[in-house]
Amino acid sequence: MKLNGAEILIDCLQQEGVKHIFGYPGGATLHIYDALEAQEEIIHVLVRHEQGAAHAADGYARTSGKPGVVLVTSGPGITNAVTGIATANMDSIPMVVISGQVPSPLIGNDAFQEVDAVGITRSCVKHNFLVKDISEVAITVKKAFHIATTGRPGPVVIDIPKDVTINQMELEEYPETVKMRSYKPTTKASNRQIKKAAELIANSQRPILYSGGGSVIGNASKELREFTRLLGFPITQTLMGLGAYPGTDELSIGMLGMHGTYEANMAMHDSDCVVAIGARFDDRITGNLAKFCPSAKFIHIDIDPSQISKNVVADIPIVGQTKQVLQALIEELKDEKLADISKWWSQINTWREVDSLAYRKKSGVIKPQTVIEVLYEVTKGEAIVTSDVGQHQMWAAQYYLFDEPRRWINSGGLGTMGFGLPAAMGAKIAMPDKDVVCVTGEGSIQMMLQELSTMLQYKTPVKIVNLNNRYLGMVRQWQEFFYEKRYAMSYMDALPDFVKLAESYGHLGILVENEADLKPALVEALKQKDRTVFVDIITDPNENVFPMIPAGGAHCDMLLAGRDDMISKDETDFNAV
Amino acid sequence: MRHIISVVLENETGALSRVSGLFSQRGFNIESLTVAQTNDPSLSRMTIVSSGDDRVLEQIVKQLNKLIEVVKVSDLTSQDHIERDLMLVKISPTKKDNFDLKQLVDVFSCKIVDVTDKTYTIEISGKTKKINAFLDAFDPASILEVSRTGVTGISRGKKLI
Ligand SMILES: Cc1cc2nc3c(=O)[nH]c(=O)nc-3n(C[C@H](O)[C@H](O)[C@H](O)COP(=O)(O)OP(=O)(O)OC[C@H]3O[C@@H](n4cnc5c(N)ncnc54)[C@H](O)[C@@H]3O)c2cc1C
Ligand SMILES: Cc1ncc(C[n+]2csc(CCOP(=O)(O)OP(=O)(O)O)c2C)c(N)n1
Ligand SMILES: [Mg+2]
Repeated sequence: MKLNGAEILIDCLQQEGVKHIFGYPGGATLHIYDALEAQEEIIHVLVRHEQGAAHAADGYARTSGKPGVVLVTSGPGITNAVTGIATANMDSIPMVVISGQVPSPLIGNDAFQEVDAVGITRSCVKHNFLVKDISEVAITVKKAFHIATTGRPGPVVIDIPKDVTINQMELEEYPETVKMRSYKPTTKASNRQIKKAAELIANSQRPILYSGGGSVIGNASKELREFTRLLGFPITQTLMGLGAYPGTDELSIGMLGMHGTYEANMAMHDSDCVVAIGARFDDRITGNLAKFCPSAKFIHIDIDPSQISKNVVADIPIVGQTKQVLQALIEELKDEKLADISKWWSQINTWREVDSLAYRKKSGVIKPQTVIEVLYEVTKGEAIVTSDVGQHQMWAAQYYLFDEPRRWINSGGLGTMGFGLPAAMGAKIAMPDKDVVCVTGEGSIQMMLQELSTMLQYKTPVKIVNLNNRYLGMVRQWQEFFYEKRYAMSYMDALPDFVKLAESYGHLGILVENEADLKPALVEALKQKDRTVFVDIITDPNENVFPMIPAGGAHCDMLLAGRDDMISKDETDFNAV
Repeated sequence: MRHIISVVLENETGALSRVSGLFSQRGFNIESLTVAQTNDPSLSRMTIVSSGDDRVLEQIVKQLNKLIEVVKVSDLTSQDHIERDLMLVKISPTKKDNFDLKQLVDVFSCKIVDVTDKTYTIEISGKTKKINAFLDAFDPASILEVSRTGVTGISRGKKLI
């Protein structure tokens, strides 16, 4: 049977087990859309902006663990998707993006809606392909899914010229496996390194486990729990790792880094043995590298060799999957006698008493922290929470304690405002039975508002919790601290009436101006199982995120709430928001 | 420190721009880069001369290995190796060049490959230092045009990349 390239492409996607595609049509993809329309296995979600498609596919991938699939047209279609692709790339999210391209004979001619998609996306993908011939369609799709989902996952772009989708050939069997001599993601960790690490762990006096996105991406939550409990060590998690180890557990000392807890950062600073598990020593974690963990030895577990000794030199590097490495370490350590760390724990417990997430309520204003606490209570801590970028993101990370992985969905590496809403839609499509909440700010939500329309069409009921402080709050916070309160362009004037706006999109809107109305509003929103509800909450415009390590500071140089006098001006970095 | 890095990669369009893109994106420097097909037409071999401390070099090698189309990476500088640079240079000797060109060419064991009434074109190959020394022998004003390939290299002995 002869099929055209578009039909072959769709056949391949079906064979890959793709159930949802997020996309937007155009001239270069018309044949692909024609082939999609003729089948029922794959549901296509028509977004309202290609960036939304990429974020939705990303949210889908982060919640389900399966690769997200995006389909966009040439030119503006793919350029609109770039922010979403870069977002996924920074956080190692598996995604396959198919972009239409102008017909092969026109490539390089400044043809209508032509951009060099491969060139533009090169630096923000794991890999990309230009399909030159219909005979390459199947093998390229196979390679794309293989690359996107193995090793350190990431987005892969397949650029397909229109003529390739039109030409015909006999359908061949879709390859079951693919072998590439140039791509062999390392998997088996060295036994010698495991033994060395076990020895260091067993003898450390002030150990700390520092777990990151690699524990979530690598589905190593079970092993992480077993490992941590076997050792009885304190564990801190990055913004990307939250939930892999339960946030409510006694051994968890919270998030670390710029807005981490006092106990987590102090423990990092004083530790003699830091075990990094699928975490990449990002600059939001390390602060000033020269002052980072001055007395620690580092064990670094990562699937990507290039992450090891990039920012911090590892004493014991272990290249491998978090899941397998932790299993091996558990085996190695399970009958081992460990050093007594009870003194270390009593030290950590005195740091805990500082209660660095405490905040003072003020009558007449709703504190953003309270909103997250009430949301936690109302959802029993079991919702999938997506977020945008800013102060609200930090408060959600600090006050909503995640007990399971893949429940906290946010853009950490790129910090993309606009991520939250489409990601929530993607999450809801992946997990229709779960409550999905999007915690956002009045700045971020306006970057991808149009997806409210998609959410009506595809009936993806999400609860939007808008922490409306009338400021680009995170920017305002930096200006308050480091620019002598010169609030340049951080005030959001002329805000829409979000309730009416939600209603005009066919959703429900609730305005909350008093704390007394907060809980009833959230309870009501969550009761509305079949509707998207926009809860616009007017919060304290002047609240800041604490603790905070000013850029350039050490982990022991934290600013705590109500102690603004600790700020030292020369420790600021002027380009880091 | 200067390093010579050999890279074997799939001979595909775009592979070169992935490598050069990587260097500019991550701020690694490139002194020279040469590339051509190998005896296996599906593979190309690239030789890159770069500089940086050990940490930078480690990152360069790891990041190159991470590129999907790269098959092998090796730092030649860390092993016994042979390196060659090829130059074609057009010269029009001035009065300051008061030596016998033929003799100089013999000393450097290179070749005069083209002659006109005013110019000589010389082909010389060897280590970068030797080629630089050859150029230094002339009055800068007499050097009209230089075209160099940049360094290519291979390990000594039976060892393969
Ligand atoms: C406004 C703002 C403030 C922020 N403040 C903070 C903060 O205070 N604290 C904080 O922690 N972050 C903060 N971040 C996030 C920060 O920018 C980084 O995104 C984050 O710290 C990186 O997390 P990670 O180290 O877990 O790495 P990730 O980006 O999650 O990377 C995962 C690592 O694991 C590896 N890996 C992947 N899969 C596997 C596997 N199967 N096996 C082994 N290894 C694997 C990868 O190679 C990679 O090195 C903030 C972001 C924003 C936008
Ligand atoms: C696309 C994009 N542009 C700019 C920024 C820089 N930035 C980081 S946080 C922030 C303010 C976000 O404001 P809002 O969504 O209202 O959240 P708040 O901080 O007030 O909670 C800005 C502008 C960004 N992260 N992403
Ligand atoms: Mg705001």
